[in-house]
Amino acid sequence: MKNRSFIARNPSILVFLACLGIFTLAVTIASEGFGLGLISTSFVKTLGKTLCLCLVAVAMDLIWGYCGILSLGHFAFFGLGGYMIGMWLMYERTRLIVTESMAAQEIPPTPQEVVDAIGTQIFGVVGSSEFPLIWSFAHSLTVQLILVVAVPGLLALVFGWLAFRSRVAGVYLSILTQAMTLALALYLFQNDSGLRGNNGLSGLQNLPGVTASQDVVSIWFLWASALALALGYLLSAWVVSGKFGSVIRGIRDNEARVRFLGYSVETYKLAMFTLTACIAGIAGALYYPQAGIINPAEIAPIASIYLAVWVAIGGRGRLYGAVIGAALVSLVSTYFTGGQAPDIPLGFYTISWVDWWTVLLGLTFVLVTLFAPKGIGGLFDLVAQRAAPDRHGADYGPDKGAKREEEGQ
Amino acid sequence: MIKALKALALLGALILGAPLSAQDTATGSPADTVTPGPIQSLLQEHAADIAKPSRRTIQPVIDALSGSGLPGMQQVLQTWEAREMYQRESDGWFFAGEKGPDRTIILTDFDSGEELEPVPSDAVDILRPNSGVRGLIASALVRFQLQDENPTLRQDALTAISRNPDPSHIAPLRESIEGEPDPAMKAQKERLLTLLTISFGEDEAARIAAIESVAGDLNVDTRGTLNPLVATTRRLAEGEVPEGANVARTLRPGTEELPREEAYDLVAAEADLPARIDPADRRNVLQANIEGGAVGGVPLAELNTIEARERAYAALVEAGAVPPAPTEAEIDAALARFTFYEEYSEPSPAVTEAANKALRAIDTKVGLNTTLDLGLDALSLASIYFLAAIGLAITFGVMGVINMAHGEFIMMGAYTGYVVQQMIPNHTVSIIVAIPLAFAVTFAAGVAMERLVIRWLYNRPLETLLATFGISIALQQLAKNIFGTQARPLTAPGWLDGQWQINEIVGISMIRVAIFVLAIVFLLFFLFLMKKTRLGLETRAVTQNPRMAASMGINPGRVNMLTFGLGSGIAGIAGVAIGLYAKVTSELGTDYIVQSFMTVVVGGVGNIWGTLLGAGMIGSLQKGIEWLNPSNTLAAQTYMIIFIIIFIQFRPRGIIALKGRAAGD
Repeated sequence: MKNRSFIARNPSILVFLACLGIFTLAVTIASEGFGLGLISTSFVKTLGKTLCLCLVAVAMDLIWGYCGILSLGHFAFFGLGGYMIGMWLMYERTRLIVTESMAAQEIPPTPQEVVDAIGTQIFGVVGSSEFPLIWSFAHSLTVQLILVVAVPGLLALVFGWLAFRSRVAGVYLSILTQAMTLALALYLFQNDSGLRGNNGLSGLQNLPGVTASQDVVSIWFLWASALALALGYLLSAWVVSGKFGSVIRGIRDNEARVRFLGYSVETYKLAMFTLTACIAGIAGALYYPQAGIINPAEIAPIASIYLAVWVAIGGRGRLYGAVIGAALVSLVSTYFTGGQAPDIPLGFYTISWVDWWTVLLGLTFVLVTLFAPKGIGGLFDLVAQRAAPDRHGADYGPDKGAKREEEGQ
Repeated sequence: MIKALKALALLGALILGAPLSAQDTATGSPADTVTPGPIQSLLQEHAADIAKPSRRTIQPVIDALSGSGLPGMQQVLQTWEAREMYQRESDGWFFAGEKGPDRTIILTDFDSGEELEPVPSDAVDILRPNSGVRGLIASALVRFQLQDENPTLRQDALTAISRNPDPSHIAPLRESIEGEPDPAMKAQKERLLTLLTISFGEDEAARIAAIESVAGDLNVDTRGTLNPLVATTRRLAEGEVPEGANVARTLRPGTEELPREEAYDLVAAEADLPARIDPADRRNVLQANIEGGAVGGVPLAELNTIEARERAYAALVEAGAVPPAPTEAEIDAALARFTFYEEYSEPSPAVTEAANKALRAIDTKVGLNTTLDLGLDALSLASIYFLAAIGLAITFGVMGVINMAHGEFIMMGAYTGYVVQQMIPNHTVSIIVAIPLAFAVTFAAGVAMERLVIRWLYNRPLETLLATFGISIALQQLAKNIFGTQARPLTAPGWLDGQWQINEIVGISMIRVAIFVLAIVFLLFFLFLMKKTRLGLETRAVTQNPRMAASMGINPGRVNMLTFGLGSGIAGIAGVAIGLYAKVTSELGTDYIVQSFMTVVVGGVGNIWGTLLGAGMIGSLQKGIEWLNPSNTLAAQTYMIIFIIIFIQFRPRGIIALKGRAAGD
């Protein structure tokens, strides 16, 4: 057992990667940019975005399903990643436009004039033209790419350190993470937050210096998202497979016992929290250039709760479950709320899906929590025929986040 | 009002004139043949000036008339000011007159108040004093108004003076104080005199005394009187500040109070230096003077620094093509030569110092009162949070159930209130009906939710959180489907409108008082329920040890159901209260849910006093931060949440932490 490789011990990874590869290839062939044109560019973008959501769901599953911390703040990290890349995209594109328009003038602009013009362009909507301090590195792609990981990671590190150190756990931690998300969203809503307040960052779909059409760019992003998802999935699977993973699961089910065994529980939790925040940041950095716009409403607390909804419906504690949940629920939601679904006439009342989808989703969610704790991922157990351990109705451990017997694998 | 005044004056004249007219009738001679009465004599003394008044020369005449002490003089001045005085051409006598039929004028004698036979209009000349003269007459009339018998008129005169203060009012005001019968109005007159003395007093000591007497007065007009005394103008002088100037402070160019550009503009105007040119303007000038790929000998490609542009501009100035402009270095040199300072428009330093001191005293008092007002605001915000959180204190605090749909129960309560108000138009009745109905609706919803969902998930708080969240989004969307997305009004009854004003600064709206009272009622109700009733006892028993409670004959299922229903029902009532104060939308609950959980967590789970303290802390904190940064309530909420996150580091179990077995672990 010990000598077998990590992949060999987890054949589901190969299956997943194969599915992802086939999916990406199929979309590429059917796309307008590279192939038959069966799938519209906007739908390619939707699929690309869905892959990013799958990635952040994997991060959520890692922290909730494996570590037992129901974080209601991971969409904040997702959004921060998006903001970080968005700053560069917006700065660079505005710089190109401004330089181009200034090149037409006979007197060459001074560097200060260029910066002022960019500032006016970007911050005109919030009645300012000065660059805030946080835009200091917006001119450098390298630094902003580092910040995509560093800013969410650092926030998670500081927040997690404060929270875990004082032994805030269970629902208290959930509420605290939700408060953090709310605080961040409210802060970004201000005009003087330096990130254009309510307007957010826009025009992110245009890559500076790239002349290729959106048909092609959307496929590039699809590939990048698929690659990120594959790598993220591999990393997550690797993290939870070894000894480290065992400790993490132990913390989920019986934190006190793990602590008494001599493990530094806080360090493990903090490492997981930070790692997942970084993954969420990367997912966000790939998501928002495809969405084209990011504003503070994206990181409202409700988004993070939806993230938990996806993971729960897909089946927590199994990585493919998170991917399935996120992909299915977000795509179906897009379908129903996009107004494409046909209305159902009942004679006395017409059910419009735009209005009733959220109600249905909410109720589904209650039903899944009550009757199908394994989620959709549980269906695979029927194929794999894995026997759940018999714990005579008890949970895996005494902790609030512990797995229930019905969820066992 | 003027009409009343005239009528009154006329009456006075009639009464006083009565003996005279009796005499006239007795002799049987017409009025124009008698010797002039005292008023007419006095008017005749100044006949030339009155007939052709000029603003510069008329003041002594007006003084003579108003100072004569004759009882009918007020009437004369009013008639004159109203351009209703006529001069008879035959003998130059003055009369009050009005137009009669057939181009005739009916004259009235000032002394007797008797109406004469109508005379043709060409036999008299109407007097038309210009507006300057009328102004002088009007201020002379103030003296009469201030001493009038009718208190309304006196009040009007005071209001007019305080709106339009003038040095000429000081003397009549001072004279009128002595004989003022009404103590309230006397105080008002004295106050006004003090303010006038501050503004226009001749004697410096008297002014300073007056200023000192108003120190700490909260009235807006006090500040309005003191502020012009300390108003400053910005000046500059070459070298040192001149002797004798009443300097408020000296300014350094390049600071926030005096930006460098502004300072140079002042200098340029004073010392006749060339005007500064903006970088943008300079660029445009250079743009206009391009010759063969260069400006002033500097190639275009090099013009991308300020320094090169200054050089090019200097070359253009040399060639005489453009007006000279200072370089940055020249601006610095010019600024160094001058001292900038702010000078009081009031020349006396003693007065400005006293005024500043008085203003500081007022500011301190205003600050104290603002703090009090802020405290009241914080209290009312705290009671709103407490109301929103008290239901949660039962479901979450006592039972340990995370109910994310709690906010939606608040919303349901508010919508219940709205629906009731649609059916019962009387606002008072509808509120009285809405409160129990909201309780009933949310109680039922809570019981249903507990039976169907929550009871399967006890001891699984994270799952409860998610399941109730599912219910929350479903309920929210349902409300949107039923009531639409726009805000619905829930109108408070009339007796809750308005404001309870304590002084100029401290005030609180009645509705907030009502919410505060409601919060206290709920607190008492909760305490009574938990400590004094069977249900409270059973609830505490079940939450502490369900098995033991069950073996004592308590049905834990029933108790849980009732307790949860109760918590939800209170949320419904809170919804009605919050709906009165905020607009009812489907997102009403979302706005309060995080704060409510924060309130319970910060206060300490399982203890109502903790919830109270938590609400108090969060409310006052938010108001405090808002006060520090009033333009930005979003930032206030952000900082408050950050503060709470840090606070929980130090007291992870809240302000009041349960100890021992009750703590649950």
